[in-house]
Amino acid sequence: MPANMSFISSNEADQNTYDVIVVGSGAAGGQTAYTLAMEGARVLMLEAGRNYQPATGTPMMQTASDAPLRGASTPDKPFGFWDATVDGGWQVPGEPYTSASEDPARQFKWWRARMLGGRTNHWGRISLRNGQYDFRPRSRDGLGIDWPMDYKDLAPYYDKVEMLIGVYGGDDDLENTPRSSSGVLLPPPKPRVSDLLVKQRAARLGVPVIPMHRAVMTKRLDHQRLPQLLHPGNPKAQAILAADMQKRAACFWATPCGRGCSIRANYQSTTVHLPPALDTGNLDIVTDAMVRAVTKRKDGGAEGVVYVDRKTGAEHRVKARIVVLAASALESVRILLNSGVANSSGKVGKYIMDTVGAGIGGQIPLLENMPLHNEDGADFGHLYTPWWLYKEQLAGKLGFARGYHFEFGGGRRMPEMGTAAGLEWLNGGTYGRKFKQDARRYYGSFVSFSGRGEMIPNDDSYAELDPMVKDRFGIPVLRFHWKWSEHETRQAAHMQKTAADIIEAMGGKTSSAPQSGATAIKQGGVIIHEVGGAIMGSDPQRSVTDSYGQCWDMKNLFITDGATLCSNADKNPTLTIMALAWRASDRMLSLMKRKEL
Amino acid sequence: MSLDRRTTIKWMFAAAAATPSLGAFAYTPEPFARDLAPGQPGYGTDPDLMKEWRAGGPWPLTLGVSARLTTIALCDLIIPADDVSPAASSVGVVEFIDEWISAPYPQQRADRETVLAGLVWIDEESQKRFGKRFAALAEAQKNTLADDICSPAKAAPAFATAAKFFAKFRDLTAGGFYTTPIGMKDIGYTGNVQLEKFDGPPLEALKKAGLA
Repeated sequence: MPANMSFISSNEADQNTYDVIVVGSGAAGGQTAYTLAMEGARVLMLEAGRNYQPATGTPMMQTASDAPLRGASTPDKPFGFWDATVDGGWQVPGEPYTSASEDPARQFKWWRARMLGGRTNHWGRISLRNGQYDFRPRSRDGLGIDWPMDYKDLAPYYDKVEMLIGVYGGDDDLENTPRSSSGVLLPPPKPRVSDLLVKQRAARLGVPVIPMHRAVMTKRLDHQRLPQLLHPGNPKAQAILAADMQKRAACFWATPCGRGCSIRANYQSTTVHLPPALDTGNLDIVTDAMVRAVTKRKDGGAEGVVYVDRKTGAEHRVKARIVVLAASALESVRILLNSGVANSSGKVGKYIMDTVGAGIGGQIPLLENMPLHNEDGADFGHLYTPWWLYKEQLAGKLGFARGYHFEFGGGRRMPEMGTAAGLEWLNGGTYGRKFKQDARRYYGSFVSFSGRGEMIPNDDSYAELDPMVKDRFGIPVLRFHWKWSEHETRQAAHMQKTAADIIEAMGGKTSSAPQSGATAIKQGGVIIHEVGGAIMGSDPQRSVTDSYGQCWDMKNLFITDGATLCSNADKNPTLTIMALAWRASDRMLSLMKRKEL
Repeated sequence: MSLDRRTTIKWMFAAAAATPSLGAFAYTPEPFARDLAPGQPGYGTDPDLMKEWRAGGPWPLTLGVSARLTTIALCDLIIPADDVSPAASSVGVVEFIDEWISAPYPQQRADRETVLAGLVWIDEESQKRFGKRFAALAEAQKNTLADDICSPAKAAPAFATAAKFFAKFRDLTAGGFYTTPIGMKDIGYTGNVQLEKFDGPPLEALKKAGLA
């Protein structure tokens, strides 16, 4: 971390004055603080979890046998021992959430992390742009909610974010799957054998396969060209960014990205947004600061926030010209509801969406007994399948209204508990020298397909404050209501059927039969793409913010995380959240400059 | 999970509809497995990822001597030495299985019931058929027994529970073995090395898959 880093105590923060308080340090908080601090605003960032330093805290080359239980998933570390998540997972000790229904199909699961950088430290790094249809879903098919903006409004910010964080991808330009501007993306990694076989055989079914976009640096960022494009007319910011870009290494083609990256080859807020922002001297960070509520000035504006120091339990109040909620969509909803502000529309907590998830795997004889070669690559996601049936869908031929993409994987990956487990469905169940031969034969011959699809917002999926339950700080917690519609369950069935068809076209067999949509679909929240809950709009009576995340009811309160999204396209939301946060931050800077805030 | 041997055997054979002779276990030194310490914590939600973790895990191991001998024999029946790599027990797989079934998490506690009951059963079955504990059997005798339980789909109804145990034990043995440096080399994993560039698959791999 930079020498003039500014991690400060709660008591120090109380003494200082700031232009902007940013609640949260993940994709949204990181991007917001970065843009504001680089452009000269004085920022205080509050993070509910502990400080976290990827350079010294990332297990890069450890193998499964270096971990307890060979790294297997446990309730303490649900994504495995080496996963970067700190003090989090489906449950955070002492910080519950509740469900209104006892029916698992109506429950919502909420993944949280309590660490600097939040979930960006472990995320999949998949960085897909929304396309033009994705901003106008209701205009196109009569369902859901239109955004108060278009693709062209966000496209320049997608370019900026991609240039800053480093995203690999191809230059395909398919329907509703836009290409980045020239010179923005890094080259995609070479496909694995299994990727190429998927591509060859999917093509026979009319299913496209193209390079994935992921925030992993396949080469170093161009520190001479990019800083000027990102911070025109701001030589100080350019110099800081150019220096920082030179400290980021390119991927060395080993170790899973979910552990985080000590060489800073992929994007996480702690390795990309925060170091240069701290280098400006304009950013202070208080960790272990659990924000309870936005406080109000006498004139109705936001005064600041009140938060609990997790270590001492003491309550602190800080003030600023602007307050930004970037605590993750649902944590921001919780803060809004606990503050009793910005909700004259009654829409706070409404229209919560996750991504539809369903998948299927199989075994491919053509991939057995491959010659030895290293397939670690960029971890996963070298290629993917974007949604391809837009015309059939709009013509009403599919029975569900929105699309999905396939993330697929295979290859000779680092062995873990499951690597040679459960082979009975292939070999009947062996032991001894035969089992060892089987393990070698089948290793690397499996493929899996994960469908990731768009959910349409509905009136039955929302969050409210639980009237009884409070967390260990005495703060009321969220209670979730959830319901998939047939648009989602039919889509899930289509995912499994199509993936099974591709596996068959590869000459393989699926490890299980495709199920009904209601069975195949993952529980709400499980894909960890939750957005909505404080949607943007053009009508203050039907939305919480404008297209800049500026709250209609409280002009100096902004929301820059996924809470404002009006739809949740199949494209994973993190890149869009960052692009919106940069755009919102530009708006804040201009309003402050004009003394309107 | 506290495991009373008598209860275990009842549980095992309720499914198999057979009644074993308890006298057959007279040789078994106690304890078969020590109870998990009440309130034994896991490694928590913020374990130090940079420290070196002790082989055998962060909690006390619990297998007794007799159970351990049976575990060694069973591990090495599933993964014996061949001309590529040594037997499972020689690379720490027994300690790993002990670590797994001694862990305080729900999945591992459930597996503990399956594994301990299965170890008891296989020794009892060996005594019944051959008059010796499992570890003392000749290879052909072990194979005769294993052939009855190695396939969950083909096992006779009387061996259905034992076959489930064997499948679980095989998964644990394989997981323990193929994650070690020797196991990774055996299975053909050549990654986890830092590279200047990623070249993608070699031509012979593409040819094998019909892609070149």
